[in-house]
Amino acid sequence: MRIEPWVVLTFCSIIFFIGLAGVLIRRNILIILMSVELMLNAVNLTFVTFSRQLGHLGGQMSVFFIITVAAAESAVGLGLVIAMFRTLRSVDTDQIQLLRE
Amino acid sequence: MDISPVFFYLFAGLAIAFSVLVVLKKSPVASAFCLVVVFFMFAGIYALLDAHLIAAVQVLVYAGAIMVLFVFVIMLLNADSPSFDLGRSHLGLRVGAVAACVVLLGLFVYAFRASPLQVPPGALTAAQIDAAGGNTRVISRLMFSEYILPFELTSVLLLAGIVGAVAIAKRKLGAPEGTA
Repeated sequence: MRIEPWVVLTFCSIIFFIGLAGVLIRRNILIILMSVELMLNAVNLTFVTFSRQLGHLGGQMSVFFIITVAAAESAVGLGLVIAMFRTLRSVDTDQIQLLRE
Repeated sequence: MDISPVFFYLFAGLAIAFSVLVVLKKSPVASAFCLVVVFFMFAGIYALLDAHLIAAVQVLVYAGAIMVLFVFVIMLLNADSPSFDLGRSHLGLRVGAVAACVVLLGLFVYAFRASPLQVPPGALTAAQIDAAGGNTRVISRLMFSEYILPFELTSVLLLAGIVGAVAIAKRKLGAPEGTA
């Protein structure tokens, strides 16, 4: 039995859209950041699949740079979470309503 | 692709199950540990696809560094309250979001199935990478020759990330406790 490329790409899409659904329906900022990491991982796997399929290592090089960007992103994102928690005493995105009043 | 179907479906099934748990778990710590499992499953699939260096980096950077950062922040903020926020958001919003994701997923799968790759394979097939000394050696050569400029720019990005994270997260000097 052979795994066709579209099966791997379908798996990537499923993980990506689970992550997107998490970003859309959750209100906890920490879980929203984790869902963003899920989406980044799905895209990385798409790059590796196409790299393998096309016999070109540019995709795998892109994955390295994406992992670096993801590390920087979570460092800055979690810094923002700490700043938000210090201001609002909450990690709930519904509490961000300073402009409403 | 000639990869082992047993291991692929095992890793993929577990990854999908634990990603759903990441989104649905009440407590952020439980979500974080489910996310670690997902990262390990992804590392397994990278290894199946002959991307050995990426599999190692995935475990070291994602499952190691990034997840430690997440758990550290959860513990620091003492934010592991089991309040379930799913029930509070608007029902129509939730249903709409999930429906939109399912429709887009269907479109993606249709596109992937309908358009097989017509591009001729490039120079570096799996056998040729093995002959050239393996995945890690070939990638390292590429990184320090063809991709040297993005590699160097990465260090600038990481420096900016460190400075930004410290500047955002630090308490302002002289500000009393509890204010930003």
